[in-house]
Amino acid sequence: MSLLELQGVTLRFGGLVAVNKVSFSVTEGEVFAIVGPNGAGKSTIFNLISRFYTPAEGDIRWQGKSILGLQPSEVPSLGIARTFQNIELFERMTVLDNMLIGRHRHVRSSIAADLLFTPFVRREEFRHREAVEHVIDFLDLQPYRDKHVGGLPYGVRKVVELARALSTQPKLLLLDEPASGLSVEETQDLAFWIEDIKKQMGITILMVEHDMKLVSAVSDRVLALADGKPLALASPKEVMAHPAVIAAYLGKPQGAAA
Amino acid sequence: MRTVFKTSYDADIRLFKHGGEAFWYGLLALIMLGLPTLISEYFLGEVINVLIWALAGLGLMVLTGQTGHASLGHSAFLALGCYANVILQNHGVPFPVAFPLSGLIAGIGGVLFALPTLRLHGIYLAIATLALAVLVEDIIVLAEPITGGVIGLNAPSINLFGLEIDRYLNTTAFYFLTLGIVVIIVLIYRNMLRSPLGRSFAAIRDSEISAQAMGVNLAVTKAKAFGLSCAITGLAGALIGHFVGTFNHETFNIVISIQLLLMIVVGGLGSIHGAFLGAIVIGVIPVAIAFLRDFVSSVTGSGTIVIPGLESGLLGAILVFFILFEPLGLYARWLKIRTYFQLFPFYRRDMFRRQKTYLKTERLR
Repeated sequence: MSLLELQGVTLRFGGLVAVNKVSFSVTEGEVFAIVGPNGAGKSTIFNLISRFYTPAEGDIRWQGKSILGLQPSEVPSLGIARTFQNIELFERMTVLDNMLIGRHRHVRSSIAADLLFTPFVRREEFRHREAVEHVIDFLDLQPYRDKHVGGLPYGVRKVVELARALSTQPKLLLLDEPASGLSVEETQDLAFWIEDIKKQMGITILMVEHDMKLVSAVSDRVLALADGKPLALASPKEVMAHPAVIAAYLGKPQGAAA
Repeated sequence: MRTVFKTSYDADIRLFKHGGEAFWYGLLALIMLGLPTLISEYFLGEVINVLIWALAGLGLMVLTGQTGHASLGHSAFLALGCYANVILQNHGVPFPVAFPLSGLIAGIGGVLFALPTLRLHGIYLAIATLALAVLVEDIIVLAEPITGGVIGLNAPSINLFGLEIDRYLNTTAFYFLTLGIVVIIVLIYRNMLRSPLGRSFAAIRDSEISAQAMGVNLAVTKAKAFGLSCAITGLAGALIGHFVGTFNHETFNIVISIQLLLMIVVGGLGSIHGAFLGAIVIGVIPVAIAFLRDFVSSVTGSGTIVIPGLESGLLGAILVFFILFEPLGLYARWLKIRTYFQLFPFYRRDMFRRQKTYLKTERLR
C-alpha cells in the first residue's frame, strides 16, 4: 500500500525550478532512498513533505489524502518524523529532553494541568519516559541520557536526532543525509539500525543520502534526481548503472549519449 | 560528586533531586519564615522589594529565558496588573479575587499583544515590546478618569479574609503574603519546567524549525508563553502597587523594563535561581551604595555628599562588568564554583564552554 505519494510536485524559487514534476510513491515497509548531486532538490522534497514549503503544482498525499492543507506542526501527528541535514537539535536541553519533545505529538494534557502538575500529567510523563527509554536502549544512548546536546560530539548528535525522530513513534521516517560526517564504523551501525527500524519496528523509511554504499546496502528502491528532475527510479543496482545517473554525477562519457 | 541512583521515572520528575537539595531548601524556607524576627522592619521592606522583583523576573524569565524572546515591554504588564488590581479593589472587589484577576487580565493582555507579533523575533520583537511600554505609559496618562492620570492612584490596604495587611502598618504580614505568593509561583514555574509545556517553550527557543517538525505549534505555544509570562508579571505589578502605596505612569516607565531584563541576564537566563539572584543584585546594590556613601562621608567628615547619577552609574558599571565577564550570569558562576569543589581536583576550565554550534539550517521562509 502506498503510504506517501508525490504527484507531479513542482516548486520554484523565483526563476529557479528547485523541484520539477517529481512523482513517486513510498510503499509501506520499504526503505526508499533519494540520491542526486548537490542542489538536485533532495532536501527541498523533504521540506515539502514537512510542509515548510508549499508546491506550486502537484499534490502530496498521505495514505490517499492530500496534506497540503496542513500546518508544518500538524505533519508529525500524521506519523511522519524527520531528521535534518545540518542537525537541528535543541542545544541547551539534555538528550532526554530532546527526545521527550519528540513525544510532543502524543501530549494530551492542557496548560492548566501542566502548571498544576496533576496526577494525570505525572502518569503521562511516565508513559512518555518509558517510550523514550526504549529508544535509548535501541540506539545505545544510555551514557548520554542526561548530557546537554551542546557538548556532544557530531556523531552522537546524529544519533540523538534519529532518537528524537523515533521517539515520535512514526509510521514514516524521513532521514536527511543520516550518514554525512559519520565515520565508517558509525555508518555501519547506522545501516544495522535502519534494517532494524524497518524490520523490528515496521517503520517505513524515506532517506536522502550520498553514501552509495549505505544506499545500496539498505534501500529497496532508489530515486535519482538531478536539477530537480527525476532521472531514474529502480533498485539501487539498476539506478547506479543507469546512464543518465552516471552522466549527472560524472558527466557524459565521450561518444555516449545520455 | 553525588550520583543519584535512579530507580523510577519519578527520579527525574520530583521537585528535589536528592535529600541534600531538600535539606538546603528546607533550611532556606526556615530562614525565610524566621526572617521577621531576625531583621528590622526597614530591611524586611527591602527583602519584600527583592521578592517582588524576583517575581517580576520570573515572569520575564518564562518569555526570555525559557522561550527565547527578549521583551523590553514588561513594565507595561506590570502596570496592567497593578492598575487592574487597584481599580478592581476600588470597585469593591475583594483582594483574594482582584489579585488573581489582575494576573489573568495581564495574561490576556499578553496574549492579545502576542497575536500580531507572533512572527517577530529577536531585535524586532524587542522593538515592538519597547513601543508597547512607551504606549502604555502614555495611555495611563490619557485615561485619566480610570487611572488618575499623572496624579496616579493610591493602593488600598489589603483585606485578606478580615485581616488587614498594609506595607507600612503591618510589614510582617505583607512580607508573609508576598513570600506565599512567590512560593506558589515558583512551584508553578517548576511544574512548567518539568511538564511538556516548559519543554515546548524551550524547543521554540533552541530551534523553531525543529520544534515544528516535532509537532509544536509555534503560534499557540508562543501565545501561551506570552500569556503565562505576562500573568506572572502582572501579579508582581499588583504587589508593587501595594508596596509603593501611590503610583502613577512614572512608576512603570521604560527603565523598569530594561532593569528587569538586565536583572535576569545578570542572574542567569533560564533558571529560577537566576531571577532571584538578579533581584538580589538589583535590590542590594542601591542600598549598598547608600550605606557606602554614608560611610565615606562619616570617615572623611565631609557631610553628606550627593553626586547626581552616582547610583545608576555604579549600577550600570556593575551590569557591564557582568555582561563582559560572566555573560551566563550569577547562577552559572555558582554552578561553576560548585562543580569545581564537587570534582576537585578534576575541574577543567572549559567545562562550561559550549561547543561551537554547527551550521544551522537557515530559516526556510
